[in-house]
Amino acid sequence: MTYSGDRLLLSSQREGQESRFRGWVLVVVPLAALLFQVYVPLFFQFLSFLEMPLLVVLYFAIMRRTQISGLMIGALVGLAQDSLSKNPLGMFGIDKTLVGYFAASVGMKIDVENGLVRLLLCFLFYGFHQFFYWVMARALLSQQLALDLPRTAILGLLNAIVGIALFAFLDKLRERA
Amino acid sequence: MESLLNRYRNITVLLLVIMAQLVLLAISAKNDQDVRMIRVWTVTAVTPLARIIEGVRGGGSGFLHNYVLLHDTSEDNKRLQSEVDKLRLENTFLKNELNTAERAKALQVFQAHSPSKMLAATIFGIGAGSNAKVVLADRGTVNGVQRGMAVVTPDGIVGKVVAAYPMASQVQLITDPEFAAGVMTKGGARGTLKGQGTPLCRIDYVPFEDKVDGGEWIYTSGDDRIFPRGFAVGQVKSVRPGQPFKEVLVEPSGMQRGLEDVLIIVEGVHQDIPDAPPGIQPVYIAPAPPGAPSPAQPVQPGNPVGTEADRLESAYKALGQAQGHDFGDNRPGEKAPDYTKLGQPSAVPAQAPKKEPDVANPAPPTPGASPKNPPPDTVRRSNQAGGGPGGQDR
Repeated sequence: MTYSGDRLLLSSQREGQESRFRGWVLVVVPLAALLFQVYVPLFFQFLSFLEMPLLVVLYFAIMRRTQISGLMIGALVGLAQDSLSKNPLGMFGIDKTLVGYFAASVGMKIDVENGLVRLLLCFLFYGFHQFFYWVMARALLSQQLALDLPRTAILGLLNAIVGIALFAFLDKLRERA
Repeated sequence: MESLLNRYRNITVLLLVIMAQLVLLAISAKNDQDVRMIRVWTVTAVTPLARIIEGVRGGGSGFLHNYVLLHDTSEDNKRLQSEVDKLRLENTFLKNELNTAERAKALQVFQAHSPSKMLAATIFGIGAGSNAKVVLADRGTVNGVQRGMAVVTPDGIVGKVVAAYPMASQVQLITDPEFAAGVMTKGGARGTLKGQGTPLCRIDYVPFEDKVDGGEWIYTSGDDRIFPRGFAVGQVKSVRPGQPFKEVLVEPSGMQRGLEDVLIIVEGVHQDIPDAPPGIQPVYIAPAPPGAPSPAQPVQPGNPVGTEADRLESAYKALGQAQGHDFGDNRPGEKAPDYTKLGQPSAVPAQAPKKEPDVANPAPPTPGASPKNPPPDTVRRSNQAGGGPGGQDR
């Protein structure tokens, strides 16, 4: 059995080293994700299911392994996503803040280099994101949104598959220790 | 206290950030007034990237469509080019047909409105010789053409027949150096028109005291016994005073629209000099009254009018009709009518019943009728109103 398959949980803080990224990566990648979200579906409608900002927040949160950093990235990306949508400011912001915080918390405990773990994290956090958004829309904005669980599950799986490829690409932008 | 804050730092920050966003959300949702600054920042940050990507996408898409996906453009271009060539040929053919029809109509109208008896002919050749202005017409002695007959078009005189052969005749143009004809102006100044071998003709023997102005129209005087009086010759281009005669140059009007179809005057009738110069526009002929036969109806065989050539033409037309062939309206390569059946009774339809004379478009005078018979008053009036031999106005 391989290492990644053998030990999913980290035994010490030392094993879970914080990943470092260059400044421009932290700016350009979220911007590109936001741009993808608003631009690509114009030409490829079927790609509108992809939650690229969520995947980017998730990646930076689990790789930096600090909760404050994760929640700040989530808040900023979420607010930017709100700015580009017709939502009131804060809907995606709060949602992604929580995702960033919890993802960073998870990243501190388990080995997030593992592909299967990444797939599972993407799937679960996509579900969490959609569910929490649905709760907030009903509770705070009194919007009667429908939550289609099978559809959400399928889209979560698709996002998770894309997320693995995206994470592999973003791994190359990490600074070497 | 400090250790407590350190211990719960993360959760504290989370709560603060969420609280701040809840406030933001509350403001946005309640008052419907965003914190516009945040949206402006985001849009400003995203727009340059979007522009770059859109530029790359547009360029790439253009390149793809203009260069990569145009692999069959060459084939399309060849096909369209060949189609254009084909349509061009067809267009030229149809234009020629239209021109022919228009010329024939103009000749027919002029012929019908002129008291002189005329014979339509087509110029099919030009005489040999570098200086001689001679052409060949497709009517000869068989059709009643004789040497010395005048040749005209609705626009003016063209020349005279200098040699008549059985099936053709040679026409000396008015620009030939040996051509001469008697001419006069509306004011009565007379002279002799002579060709010079150039596009302009000269009028000799115009006394210096006679008044001739530039731009004035010149007409045949009838003195030469070839051209009946009253046919247009051309316009005066220049007048130079001289002793004892003026030097007058004339630009002939008869050949201004080319020289393909002409009229040979078989029996000339002198006319008055028209008040207005001849025109080149076609004459308007009002439609026939209800119940009257159409003026465009061709002359039926068995009731031939005009010259022998006209009778022959009618026979050919009848033959064409009997065999479903329209002369002048067939594509190149189409089967010609069977001319061996010409003259056979089956080839010619039965004689048409006699019809009332068409006042608006009278038929040419019948052979044997006196050429000095004046045309009906109505026709004469229409001629005068039209301003020229063809009732046309320039």
